[in-house]
Amino acid sequence: MVSTDVERPAVGIGRARSLATRRPPRPRRVKDGLDDRLFMVGVYVLLTTFLLVVLLPLVYIVASSLSDPLAVSSGRVSFWPVDFTLEGYRRVLSDPSILTGFGNSIFYTLVGTAISLVLTVSIAYPLSRRDLWGRRGITLFVVFTMLFAGGIIPTYLVVQNLGMLDTRLALVLPQAIGVWQVIIAMSFFRTSIPDELYEAAQLDGASDLRFLVSTVLPLSKPLLAVIALMYAIYQWNSYFDALLYLRDPDLYPLQLVLRNVLILNQTAPGLDAAAALERQQLADLMKYSLIVISTVPVMLVYPFVARYFNKGLLVGAVKG
Amino acid sequence: MPVGVGAAGAAPTLRDRDKQRGWPGARRSLQRHWQLYLLMLAPLLYFVVFKYVPMTNAVIAFKDYNVVDGVWGSDWVGLKHFERFFSNPIFWPVLRNTFLLSAYVVLASFPVPIVLALALNEVRLRFFKNTVQMVTYAPYFISTVVVVSMTILFLSPRLGLAGDVTQFFGLGRIDFLSDPNYFRHIYVASDIWQTMGYSAVIYIAALAGIDPALYEAARVDGANRWQKIVNVDIPGIMPTAMIILVLGVGNVMAIGFEKAYLFQNTLNISQSEIIPTYTYKVGLLSAEFSQASAIGLFNGVINLVLLLGVNALVKRLTGSGLW
Repeated sequence: MVSTDVERPAVGIGRARSLATRRPPRPRRVKDGLDDRLFMVGVYVLLTTFLLVVLLPLVYIVASSLSDPLAVSSGRVSFWPVDFTLEGYRRVLSDPSILTGFGNSIFYTLVGTAISLVLTVSIAYPLSRRDLWGRRGITLFVVFTMLFAGGIIPTYLVVQNLGMLDTRLALVLPQAIGVWQVIIAMSFFRTSIPDELYEAAQLDGASDLRFLVSTVLPLSKPLLAVIALMYAIYQWNSYFDALLYLRDPDLYPLQLVLRNVLILNQTAPGLDAAAALERQQLADLMKYSLIVISTVPVMLVYPFVARYFNKGLLVGAVKG
Repeated sequence: MPVGVGAAGAAPTLRDRDKQRGWPGARRSLQRHWQLYLLMLAPLLYFVVFKYVPMTNAVIAFKDYNVVDGVWGSDWVGLKHFERFFSNPIFWPVLRNTFLLSAYVVLASFPVPIVLALALNEVRLRFFKNTVQMVTYAPYFISTVVVVSMTILFLSPRLGLAGDVTQFFGLGRIDFLSDPNYFRHIYVASDIWQTMGYSAVIYIAALAGIDPALYEAARVDGANRWQKIVNVDIPGIMPTAMIILVLGVGNVMAIGFEKAYLFQNTLNISQSEIIPTYTYKVGLLSAEFSQASAIGLFNGVINLVLLLGVNALVKRLTGSGLW
């Protein structure tokens, strides 16, 4: 994480204390006074509260997803599974609309991320080159779209006129480039690719494209990883474009399926009354399992990408 | 990550050779870098098609759009759609809801990440620090749909934990979701829950960038931890905090559609209907394209004015704006 450690052993102080207490020198710092120790107790209490506030709802969801439908429906589950069962997951994973959604989301995430990444690099690299004529104007042209947008309906009309309504393209093209990602990539290229490399490549007779592919991109792997993951998580999590542009349930991404099941409470019709109650209980359970299943992929990659995310975030923040 | 060693040394030659102004410079640059311009074609086409064409399409706000005549063939009607929106009894409530909700989000979610970052900055137990940071950061990656579903499940009087808690305090089982007065609090609380760890990152970085000499000086002066926070940490992150606040205020009308729409139900609509959700309903559910574009344009212009105004104000006060 970004937490840089400023603690280096301060030799003098450590030795003074070790002489007094006959203990091996501990790194750094004067001993805290009483007020400071009380203060630190407060800090730890505060942070533990933050930790629990975030963690407990997540634990509650996971515990519920592993519990018996009856216990879930009657609200008996708190932070530990009651009558452990995998029934919820079994049901979720055998539901065709959810599986379709899962497959679709994987498709949109892979294809969308690839398109976004290629387009972002294609605009960000040239704009990062100081010797490119018209760079400022084009940058302004790109950044202006951050300030003002046509709106939902005018964009919808474009998608409609292109004949992309109810096609998979509608989810991977209209939001393909994020201006923020372009800015991050631009400042990375500008600060991390030394001009000497370009000079040398030119002397060797390499073209701009050749230089980009064989020198710049291999040097930019961390950046490419950050940008790709930003796009991937965005694609995996978004539902709005699908809500706008898709009518055919076979094309729905997982998030839209989730919204229909979790928030609109849609369940399959045509069941007799006796089965309805049991059905309701199962539906409650399935909500929890669904939440877990749809979030697990993101949570699995997140710890590995968090540090790069921070880097990307900060690169963008430092040089806008 | 590679470091730009000695980039400054080579820069002048590059600049001297290629930085010619005017058309000769353009022609030279085009000849020399035609591959780069070619590379930019596809992304630029994207911006034209999906960003600038919608901006021109927004003229249907001043027309009676119909599918047959298209955007440019439809009849001009001037400000009719704006007037219709302004005289609609829903106009003031929706404007008020939008403004109150986003102002509440901006103000309430502003101090939390700062407190989190300041507290984390004090902790030396690495494991604890990293755990808190990782865990509070995690919800940022959870989708809006899932966060809203979790909140609904949590607050549901039949299933959720919140009912147990309010009952424990003798308040009975409050149905938070169907009472419009709770809508904004629920929205803001879930927003803070989701973004505080993410927003804290930028402050943690700002804290790490504070000159160690200042801490040294504070220690020499006998400052305790609290005094150090007040006199060194907080002034140190003030510029960052101000930028974040300005951005928030400037974007007050640009509040997202996604979450409000998901939290909406027929019972809380009196407070949960905001301009973006209303635009969506008018435009796509009732297919009144021109009316919806007028509302969207109105919102976009207010937002642009706010952003430019706030930026100008900050520039005057501090000498440096966002751009």
